[in-house]
Amino acid sequence: MLDLLPQLIVNGIVMGTLLAIPAIGFTAIFAVLRFPNFAVASHATIGAFAGYAANVGLGLPVEVSLVAAFLVAAVVGVLSDEIALRPLRPHGALTTAIASIALTIVLENAVRFIFGNDLRGYDLPLVRDWRIWGVRIGPQQVENLLLALALMSAVFLALRYTRIGKSMRAVADNPALAELKGIDPIMIGRLTVFFGMGLVGAGGMLLGVGTSIDPLTGFRFILPIFAAAVVGGLGSIPGAVLGAMVVGLGEELSLIVLSPSYRSAVGFLAIVIVLTFRPRGLLGERAY
Amino acid sequence: MLSYLLATLTFAGIYAMLALGLNVIWGMTGMINLGLAGFFAVGAYVSALLSILGLPIPLAAIAAMAAAALVGGLLSRLTLKLRGDYLAIVTLGFGEFVRLIAANEIWLTNGSDGISGIPGPFRAELTPFEFNALFAAITVVCVAVAWFLSRRLRISPYGRALRALREDETAAAVAGKPVRRMKVEAFALGAALLGLGGVLYAHFTSYIAPDIFRPLLTIYIFLSLTAGGTGNATGAVVGAVIVMGILEGSRFLEGVIPGLSGAQGAALREMVIGSLLIVIMRLKPSGLLAERPPRMPVQPGTTGSARRRT
Repeated sequence: MLDLLPQLIVNGIVMGTLLAIPAIGFTAIFAVLRFPNFAVASHATIGAFAGYAANVGLGLPVEVSLVAAFLVAAVVGVLSDEIALRPLRPHGALTTAIASIALTIVLENAVRFIFGNDLRGYDLPLVRDWRIWGVRIGPQQVENLLLALALMSAVFLALRYTRIGKSMRAVADNPALAELKGIDPIMIGRLTVFFGMGLVGAGGMLLGVGTSIDPLTGFRFILPIFAAAVVGGLGSIPGAVLGAMVVGLGEELSLIVLSPSYRSAVGFLAIVIVLTFRPRGLLGERAY
Repeated sequence: MLSYLLATLTFAGIYAMLALGLNVIWGMTGMINLGLAGFFAVGAYVSALLSILGLPIPLAAIAAMAAAALVGGLLSRLTLKLRGDYLAIVTLGFGEFVRLIAANEIWLTNGSDGISGIPGPFRAELTPFEFNALFAAITVVCVAVAWFLSRRLRISPYGRALRALREDETAAAVAGKPVRRMKVEAFALGAALLGLGGVLYAHFTSYIAPDIFRPLLTIYIFLSLTAGGTGNATGAVVGAVIVMGILEGSRFLEGVIPGLSGAQGAALREMVIGSLLIVIMRLKPSGLLAERPPRMPVQPGTTGSARRRT
């Protein structure tokens, strides 16, 4: 079993990098708007299906389809947030969180209404896996990894250097002070939902490319996505990346001791174990 | 038709039981629990398995409630230090975790095929109609008892302390309330009611499978309690009946719209349910029967019992 270790570590790193994308989206929305937005489940599905429609329906390559996944999830994210969630925010984080589950059910079933329950696969060229020192890795996996890393770098650069990114960090740190400085928190909230849900959609597609997708795709991934965000510390973007690595590697390495069907339970176990010792996650939280 | 109405009444009762359970945890004590389906499943599986092994149904039901309470107590003990939003995620994860176990521990739960042939009270001796009638009666009695006890709990000093904890944990602690212990107890108590909901479901339908315990169920129950009024036992029951009415009513809606496939009809129904929850939360955040602050407790020794009854 131990000779499998290098393979599992490579798979875990790939998985962790892919998970980090939606986890960043989720945690960014939490940092600015201060509620756990469970609608990420349906937005991951929407991204996966938008990417599928572009890839299979229009015959576009994966890289271009990823842009479609980002944009569709981002637009649906902003529209549904404006209609369903924003008016509820004054009633508190938990009310909004519950409404976001209801929103997930609505959107997930909208996807089911249009596409049905069938499993669907992306249109990908068949290529042989590479073998490097006995570790198998697929060219598509490498491409997904590079796409994810590119997205992640874009997020970090945007947050660091752009006006919008700086405003987002300001609102996350102290909304009252940010407003005093002339930052419109509602507009920043909208932009955060746009980019956050866009990342969730792109992440949903990247996670779906490896397997097949159906309307429950997003729901199957929420446990690892939440786990990544919570383990790292809700509201912290470096935390989300770290948490995604912990969960991704944990899921793969668990195969040594657990049956594969319990992979997604690893996220839950990681949450419970980490929160027992650090109730605010590994990197704490910047917000609050 | 009457048999169908009786079955609907039973399901409404089961939802009411779950809403009462959630009311103790969320409505009275203010702890979020998005893992309702998990406790429902624990109750259903424990009672089903024990009664199939030959344990009388009432004993199996009590064991199932105890199991759900134990699991609830353990989960809340583990998560005591967590703030609400973290707790929401952990409990949601717990619900999925239970479903994963139910789907994968095939030796125990028969996996995704589910467990069939769960005994029901006098099922062999009664006609299906009589069985539905009997079970509806049992469910109504169980809900009535749970409702009555919830009301008693609410006006008792203990219930007041729970509400104090909901409003301001620090203040409750300063007032000398054992906050941690009470949170675990309240969570366990609510979980026992959720488990009882599962017990009723399992013995009524005689079949359970992991698919039944989807997070959608959690939405239905939150809809029930939010519609009826959080913190209010009567609201929980009324809300459950309303939700069951919507669920069953939207079944007929499918027939009205032509050209829908089965999957599309089901999808449309779930969309309606989700939208309704959002609309209700938007229009009436405190529910249709909002919680009223209870009257001041009467001094002992005066005509308290007579006055409370009015």
